[in-house]
Amino acid sequence: MIERPSAGSVVVSGQNVGALGRRAVPFLRRNLGLVFQDQKLLHDRSVIDNVMLPLLVCGSAAGDAARRARAALDKVGLAGREKAMPVALSGGEQQRLCIARAVANRPSILLADEPTSDLDPEAARAVMEIFRAFQQVGVTVVIATHDAALVESFAGRVIQLSHGRVIDARPEPGGG
Amino acid sequence: MKAWLRHHATSLRATALRLARSPVAAALNALVIGVTLALPLGAWVLVANLERLTGHLGADPQLSVFLAADATAADGAKIEAALRRESGVRALRFVPKDQALAEMKRADALAEIVASLGSNPLPDAFVVSLVPGDAPTAERLAAALRAMPKVALVQFDAAWARRLEAALRLGVLAVGVLAALLAFGLVAVTFNTVRLQILTQRDEIEVSKLIGATDAYIRRPFFYQGALVGLAGGLAAIAIVAACVAVLNGEVTRLAATYGANFRLELPGPGDLVAVLAFASGLGWAGAWLSVSNHLSEIEPK
Repeated sequence: MIERPSAGSVVVSGQNVGALGRRAVPFLRRNLGLVFQDQKLLHDRSVIDNVMLPLLVCGSAAGDAARRARAALDKVGLAGREKAMPVALSGGEQQRLCIARAVANRPSILLADEPTSDLDPEAARAVMEIFRAFQQVGVTVVIATHDAALVESFAGRVIQLSHGRVIDARPEPGGG
Repeated sequence: MKAWLRHHATSLRATALRLARSPVAAALNALVIGVTLALPLGAWVLVANLERLTGHLGADPQLSVFLAADATAADGAKIEAALRRESGVRALRFVPKDQALAEMKRADALAEIVASLGSNPLPDAFVVSLVPGDAPTAERLAAALRAMPKVALVQFDAAWARRLEAALRLGVLAVGVLAALLAFGLVAVTFNTVRLQILTQRDEIEVSKLIGATDAYIRRPFFYQGALVGLAGGLAAIAIVAACVAVLNGEVTRLAATYGANFRLELPGPGDLVAVLAFASGLGWAGAWLSVSNHLSEIEPK
């Protein structure tokens, strides 16, 4: 949802992204949770302020946003760290903070770009467990990764790309 | 609608807090804008006070008709009757010689001279206010009065006042031009201030766009920043001009007293000052709008 497709089409929740007007893009983004490799946290704001940001953008009142942000932090295991600054968190915690921000608005789709690439194996596993928990409650989780071992250990539907082309597609085990 | 209003309130509060967190930078910005605005505001105050002064002096076309020293009350009544028949006469005031002398005695500068006089040398007089903008009638009336018996002198007083009035109109125009030019200065200062703020908040803008913030949502705090900076500049300009007026008033009052007048410089009324603040705030908003329109599109999520 950052770039438009140069060919073909991208359809998200029934909407052709390429055909969306510029003004409609922010409203599409509000329904997606984005988790970045570099987290894109605001380092001059506290943990809870980072998580509240997407809620405030969507028009929530500050009190309601704070309540929902605390709930999101609780889901990723960062309860009690609300007032900490991001720089005081470990790499794994920062990535979990990024996930909390992505899910605070209860999106139907969670997009994660290399979410474990900078993490040690234990932190990476913890992050993947969080993704699995969200997937189990009905959130569509799409993860882009180069970590083949991680893909194997958390098997879902796997689409393998090389130079922009699909070279392998494996359905979810037990799925249709 | 509620969320929209809530965000306006949040943006205003957050912007005010951000400015308050760096008071020195905010004060210097306000001072730069204040000095820029103080120039046309000061010129406006000066012109407005000169207009007030000419209002005291009476800029309407006016004739002074001095009667001969031996004119009787009956002569005066005939002249008055003739004047009242004239359609070009708007108002008429009879000034008896005793009243004229008393007025001269009240003027500090002339009191000593008047006291040294043995008898009252002043004549009875009529002060005739004419309908403005009808010079031929005024000239004809002056000629007719000069030809009347017991009329010693007819003086057409308003020429210099009209020249002053024309000069003041020119002054008002010059103040307008100056204000327009310096308004661009204010817009430029706000433009640059907001540009720096946009660069400082680059990460926040990028993240906000990624999580679904609309352009309007992102722009709003910068608009408020421009408006608040302009407002602070307007307040600084008023403070600067008020200080100048206070400093000058001592000398102005003393100078006016030597002419037997009671005159002091005055600031514009509350309504005009509110208009100045609204103008400054609007210019700040315009500068922010230009800056945001130019720079926000350069920040796109990667």
